Amino acid sequence: MLKFTVKRVLYSIIILFFVMFLVYALLYNMPGSYLEMKAQQLASRPGASKSATEWLNDLKSQYGMDQGVVRGYFTWLGTAIRGEWGESWAWTIPVTEEFSKTIWYSFALGVITLLVEIFIAIPLGVLAAKKQYGFLDYFTTVFAMVSISLPTFFLATVLKYIFSVKLGWFDLSGMQGKYYDTLSPFMQFLDVAKHFVLPALTLSILSIGGLMRYTRTNMLEVLNSDYIRTARAKGVSERKVINHHAFRNTLIPLVTMLGGSLPGLFSGALITETLFAIRGIGYASYYSMVQADVPFTMFYLAFISILTLLGNLISDLLYGAVDPRVRLE
Amino acid sequence: MEEKKKKSSYISARESRRITRFNRKITRKLEAQRADANKDPKLYTTKMKDENNVVEFDNMCTYFFTDVGTVRAVDGVSFEVPKHSTVGVVGESGCGKSVTSLSLMQLLQRPSGQVVGGEIRFNKGDGTAYNIVNTPNSVMEDIRGNEISMIFQEPMTSLNPVFRIGDQVDEVLFLHHPDWTKEQVKARTIEMLEMVGIANKEGVYKMYPHELSGGMRQRIVIAIALACSPTLIIADEPTTALDVTIQAQILDLLQNLKEKVNSSIMLITHDLGVVAGMADYVVVMYAGRVIEKGTAADIYHNPAHPYTIGLMKSKPVVGHKTETLYNIPGNVPNPVNMPNYCYFRDRCEMRCEQCNGAYPPAIKINDTHVVSCYRYIDKGEILGYPKAVNVEEL
Repeated sequence: MLKFTVKRVLYSIIILFFVMFLVYALLYNMPGSYLEMKAQQLASRPGASKSATEWLNDLKSQYGMDQGVVRGYFTWLGTAIRGEWGESWAWTIPVTEEFSKTIWYSFALGVITLLVEIFIAIPLGVLAAKKQYGFLDYFTTVFAMVSISLPTFFLATVLKYIFSVKLGWFDLSGMQGKYYDTLSPFMQFLDVAKHFVLPALTLSILSIGGLMRYTRTNMLEVLNSDYIRTARAKGVSERKVINHHAFRNTLIPLVTMLGGSLPGLFSGALITETLFAIRGIGYASYYSMVQADVPFTMFYLAFISILTLLGNLISDLLYGAVDPRVRLE
Repeated sequence: MEEKKKKSSYISARESRRITRFNRKITRKLEAQRADANKDPKLYTTKMKDENNVVEFDNMCTYFFTDVGTVRAVDGVSFEVPKHSTVGVVGESGCGKSVTSLSLMQLLQRPSGQVVGGEIRFNKGDGTAYNIVNTPNSVMEDIRGNEISMIFQEPMTSLNPVFRIGDQVDEVLFLHHPDWTKEQVKARTIEMLEMVGIANKEGVYKMYPHELSGGMRQRIVIAIALACSPTLIIADEPTTALDVTIQAQILDLLQNLKEKVNSSIMLITHDLGVVAGMADYVVVMYAGRVIEKGTAADIYHNPAHPYTIGLMKSKPVVGHKTETLYNIPGNVPNPVNMPNYCYFRDRCEMRCEQCNGAYPPAIKINDTHVVSCYRYIDKGEILGYPKAVNVEEL
């Protein structure tokens, strides 16, 4: 077990090295980058002494982008390993500061969505499988199809129309109410939480369908297997057959799927965040990437890559925990 | 001919809709009837015809309401399993052997699979009997695994992969002996593992199914089936998935254990050799009906029905050289549209004038031997006709 984990971590480091190199190479060669725009700006200022090309060369050497992809990458790597991520070009503050300013909002949104998704989708999927072709099954199937097919912006707009415009329960967008500054710290927290209801609802509705169908399919497969018939032939009650014998086996594919959702918690939701004016990582990372903000993008993508690799490792370890057939001795 | 063949397998959209609607209506009605019959113990308590039987099937019909129409998987089957004996049920694939046993356990895939007619009487041992057809699920849960237990044909998949062997055997004991302590249950499990011939019983107790071979797993399944000393063991092709040496071991084991726990075995198989070695009585099924039944000696030495005769001819004989093995020509009729003459008529090499008439009755040709064939119509006592259920009238 320990040997497996150590081996996997070492592999992950090698993978990470090459992933980051690819990302760096892409950013390095990106046309219309932040530096080019900056050079254009400087050159078109009244009384500019240098042309855009000259400015660009100056800027490139200032920002360390004139040493070629490979050397540039190793320079970045050298500083990154020491924990110095540099300053964001687009946000003009240290990379980590911009990151910590935005990540927690996205993380909160991600966690709430995931919990709502798990606690609604899995029981519904199990119920639908239990009553296959029954009313509940058809109902959840239709719901799942609608939820998978709806575009985010449409659903968000509909929810806003119902709950903000018609009922007036929530603000249309933003993270704080009008009187935020006059509230006590606890009430401030509640105020922010209230502003997260609609975005979380939007994301949950969109993600429930997929997980529910997945649970249902797996549950149906398990329920048709021979060992479930054996359990029934032993005299096990139907409730225990479903909740004990079948669910324990359905958990195997579910755990691997949920282990892979770790990076999803931190990656933010660009469209939802934009629609509800939430200053999350989704928008921050998008803006940085469009600007070819090398320090921030490199930092953020390194973070997501590490989480993805970690998520895979966790789901492999969890797989062993729920399935004795792949348990490592 | 070609035209006709096309028509029989083609279902128009309208026909398909009609079938679906009909199925929904009828299964709903049958489920409602079951729910009514479940309420009062009187409605599912009856009397055995003969107290010396464990189970009596009396004209049982099990139909499946499928999207292509009603499949008469078992259509008027009558036979009985006497106490302390082994009854072999033989027949080719799809003849209704397994469906018969699943009906007895109430493990049919409901609501599409339904016992629509007849009775299955299971001896309670106190002068009364359950009519399994109407018995509610709560009572069935006490019977399953406790009084009737089942051994399935696929040992590789019939144990739950995520639970330990010990827990799986323990479970059936906990269910049917709620007053036992953990130590008692474990002691009994270890005893059972020893009984089915597992040497490393303490070790196997803690193992998972994937760590055992097919033969070992089948031993575990047998241990589960016998843990509560049932009065009837249904063995549904227990050796089909095992290699021949293990087959012999498992069959020996079953035979010995049957003596030890003093139960009856209903042995379902298509292996005539297995039946010959183990069974006291043999029931031959064809296309959902019993065509011949009797003692093993009756069936093996004096097979009466042309189908049984064909079966006997088609098995290889040691020391006897032939170029090709005999096989019965033709195919089993389509179970959706069964004809109302002898189902074997079109494949039969001994057909006579009378065979064009209705389905032949069961004819008793000696004290133990019963056959459904017109060739014996004058040679024995007519016992009665198998009764199909008209689903349109339900």
